[in-house]
Amino acid sequence: MSYFGNIAKGIKTLLTGMSVTGNYFLHSRKGAITQQYPDNRETLKMFDRFRGEVVMPHDENNEHTCTGCQKCEIACPNGSIEIIWDRQLDPETGKKKKMIDKHIYHLGMCTMCGLCIEACPTDAILWAQNFENSVYDRSYLTKVLNKPGSKVKAGIED
Amino acid sequence: MNISLSITKNIHEWLFSIMPEGIASITEMVLIAVVYLAIFAVAGLYLVLLERKVAAWFQLRIGPNRVGWWGLLQTMADALKLVSKELTGTERADKFLYNLAPYFVIVSSLMALAVFPFSQEFHAFDINIGVLFLMAISSIGVIGILLGGWSSNNKFALIGAMRSGVQTISYELSVGLSLLTMVLVTGSLQLSEIIEVQKNGWLIVQGHIPAVIAFMIYMIAGTAETNRAPFDLVEAESELGAGFHTEYSGMKFAYFFLAEFINMFIIAAIAATIFFGGWLSPFGITESIPLLGVVWFLGKTLVIVFLMMWFRWTFPRLRIDQLLTLEWKYLLPLNLLNLILMALVVWLNLTIQF
Ligand code: SF4
Ligand code: SF4
Repeated sequence: MSYFGNIAKGIKTLLTGMSVTGNYFLHSRKGAITQQYPDNRETLKMFDRFRGEVVMPHDENNEHTCTGCQKCEIACPNGSIEIIWDRQLDPETGKKKKMIDKHIYHLGMCTMCGLCIEACPTDAILWAQNFENSVYDRSYLTKVLNKPGSKVKAGIED
Repeated sequence: MNISLSITKNIHEWLFSIMPEGIASITEMVLIAVVYLAIFAVAGLYLVLLERKVAAWFQLRIGPNRVGWWGLLQTMADALKLVSKELTGTERADKFLYNLAPYFVIVSSLMALAVFPFSQEFHAFDINIGVLFLMAISSIGVIGILLGGWSSNNKFALIGAMRSGVQTISYELSVGLSLLTMVLVTGSLQLSEIIEVQKNGWLIVQGHIPAVIAFMIYMIAGTAETNRAPFDLVEAESELGAGFHTEYSGMKFAYFFLAEFINMFIIAAIAATIFFGGWLSPFGITESIPLLGVVWFLGKTLVIVFLMMWFRWTFPRLRIDQLLTLEWKYLLPLNLLNLILMALVVWLNLTIQF
């Protein structure tokens, strides 16, 4: 009697589905995921995995961990990253060494694919969770990620 | 005039005292029509709002909450916006039919509202073939949909309209048969008498097993009749644009939209009247206050409307062959069996009466 079996199975699966959505309905008060954005601007905290823009964190001594290896520049599929570098004399060892001058990031071109961050061997660049990225002139979207006067953290290249 | 227009006796008597009989009854009819139109235009708008809120809660959202307190004026604002929109049309559309279609749909759904007993007194048109009238009127709406889809000279609209035709023709049968099952118990098609019978227990209790089966079939077929998800092949957004009303804009679109929601209300109201005792309160707890009948009626109707919304936000859309399989291979044979079962129950006096 698979005919009636089918009916019973159909009803059962429909009720299962309805119980799932009904459960969501009853808990919608607590779990509403809507962010009423301009109202909660002060308190809104974006989720950790949100991809706002690529940033380069600096520590208190104004040091970052970017070695200028250019892996991110190569990894970027649309050329949003440009690294201007130079060989300079390392004051400690006296040898010539590759150092970044500017790590240029074009936010306006970035597709938020995350490949540069994957590629970076020293985790020098990360996702920031900021979301208010609109500006009045697109030249503001071209950012230099390393702060002026910053240098690479000692020992990171070893 | 043997049409019993009994909304309020006072207005009735007052009208007849100041006018000759013929003019008075026409005035009365016009008054009632205006009252119904006003009430149900607003009620339709609030049903749209309810749908949006319920949908939001099912999806863990908040829903409209900006216009008015708690978003209560949102759909009013939408309606105002739609009124102010330009009415566009397609080239080489059949202008006459194109313009006629929305009125067909809205008029047929408003006509069906006339026969519902909202309470003992609040009952515009107590026709003695009530259930039949409802069935007939609710299937006229599909003509409007077919006309709209065909005349707008758009293949999406045409496909949507044809699907609607297929769907309505098939599911009409189930709606009719499941209501017929209940008519076996009541022995009358007149809605006021159907309610009278239910004073000894709502029909879903009186008819127990076959009544519950009939109710389930009715809910499935009724949802299909209103072209709502999971049976919304007619306006499947991902396949057909907006289906039969793709080419409509402004107020004509709003008529289709409103008619859909009024139809949903009608299907729920039929279910409330026939299975759940209409304006009767459970165990007669508020029998002494007849006015509360409206509250009970609307309460029951809204619960069933909520059930239909629950369906909509849970189930995925059916394919056209699945739709027809469901009707012709499952609902229809079950319905016929159920009819025999109910006949046996009534014949052997197995109904539960209080
Ligand atoms: S996220 Fe992707 S597109 Fe953006 S800079 Fe990195 S690699 Fe380029
Ligand atoms: S950010 Fe990372 S990958 Fe890019 S140059 Fe610096 S160290 Fe290399």
